[in-house]
Amino acid sequence: MKIGVLALQGDFAEHQVMLESLGAEVTQVRLPSHLDGLNGLIIPGGESTTIGKLAISYGLIDPLRQFAKDHAIWGTCAGAILLAKDARRSQPLLEVMDIVIERNAFGRQVDSFEVDLDVPCLSMDDKQNRPFHAVFIRAPLIESIGKNVEALATLGDGRIVAARQGKILTTSFHPELTHDDRFHRYFMELAK
Amino acid sequence: MEQKTGSFAVKKGLAQMLKGGVIMDVVNAEHAKIAEDAGACAVMALERVPADIRADGGVARMSDPDMIQKIMEAVSIPVMAKCRIGHFVEAQILESLGVDYIDESEVLTPADEAHHINKHDFKVPFVCGCRNLGEALRRIGEGAAMIRTKGEAGTGDVVEAVRHARAVFGEIRKLQNMPEEEVMAYAKEIGAPFELLREVRTLGRLPVVNFAAGGIATPADAALMMQLGVDGVFVGSGIFKSGDPAKRATAIVKATTHYNNPNILAEVSRNLGEPMVGRQVSSIPETDKIATRGW
Repeated sequence: MKIGVLALQGDFAEHQVMLESLGAEVTQVRLPSHLDGLNGLIIPGGESTTIGKLAISYGLIDPLRQFAKDHAIWGTCAGAILLAKDARRSQPLLEVMDIVIERNAFGRQVDSFEVDLDVPCLSMDDKQNRPFHAVFIRAPLIESIGKNVEALATLGDGRIVAARQGKILTTSFHPELTHDDRFHRYFMELAK
Repeated sequence: MEQKTGSFAVKKGLAQMLKGGVIMDVVNAEHAKIAEDAGACAVMALERVPADIRADGGVARMSDPDMIQKIMEAVSIPVMAKCRIGHFVEAQILESLGVDYIDESEVLTPADEAHHINKHDFKVPFVCGCRNLGEALRRIGEGAAMIRTKGEAGTGDVVEAVRHARAVFGEIRKLQNMPEEEVMAYAKEIGAPFELLREVRTLGRLPVVNFAAGGIATPADAALMMQLGVDGVFVGSGIFKSGDPAKRATAIVKATTHYNNPNILAEVSRNLGEPMVGRQVSSIPETDKIATRGW
């Protein structure tokens, strides 16, 4: 299986390591032609404004929107922001997922945190349904979701931090910073 | 579901989000906006860029909290600020302002000539400079969650950044090739904590993100450092001491992403206007070198 990681800026190498450990063939995507032949794409954590501007500079916005129409695509943190229809401020977005996302929703870096989450969709893979240890770094929050979007994980107070619309997956947190590969396996199932 | 803040994983994690990016020195909110618009992944708020600190002389200290706050309000990207080596009270002040990263920096005048800050004491993460593997691991041992080469700040001469990056990577290669029983003597030789040295030997890299800094002035400089193997670059005086800061900043951001693509590097290097006026490091007396600060 061929999975791309958008390698404009951010922690794309961490995703690559995890995907390769699961047997995927990984391509770093910096230009539109790098999308050819991929089964899925991950947009990593990083700075969403930086990634958005670099995507515009090299003509990636439309090819990425086309790609999202019939391929699996997963955004972690900054990547989730880029996939959203609305980020409550003016910045380049792909607008392929019917969610409203709020940037830096938990505050600044001193408010970044780790927490164990219940993620029922990962149980297909793990019958014990262990909690997923989630790392939130200056994280965004999925403020609201459209009717075709399913919430996959919430914080204790009910706020949404992971969601799926068809083959489009978003997480506010960073499975690539942990040693738990269940989300990456879940995504590779979507990409099949 | 208990939430845990200030852990080493979240401190180190923010640096991982900055990878492949450019962190730019800015002295006011207007510069910060230019940097953000150019695609900087973070800004470093400081009163004077290193070239001016070098020219002005005197004691360089933490910046005015009011100016740092205005920069934090002006941009949505992370904001870093510098404190003096060993000045843990300046660090406490920066933490209370809510800056996203503290640079315990040799660019400012050191407050302690024997000890660095115990960075484990803070919730806010720290980045520190290094010239070699031993220095990098001493800083990580003290709690730094990100490392940068020191280079020679404020010169526009990349030679020291290259020297320091090659030193770190070369020593890691040497470490990986030595038999296990030689690691302790090597730890003693380079003044590195033994356990961290063993971790580096296993990982084949530093256990935290490693950027280049000090003397990077052109897109080609940034790409050079990336090809040498660093995770991203700091650009200090190189942008706002040049003829067309916005254009140069954008070009350096593109060069850092497309560091392996000479066609793009050629394209972004065109018509950038005047670079900063450089100063050859070899012409600077040893006592005036900033990189030698740090212990």
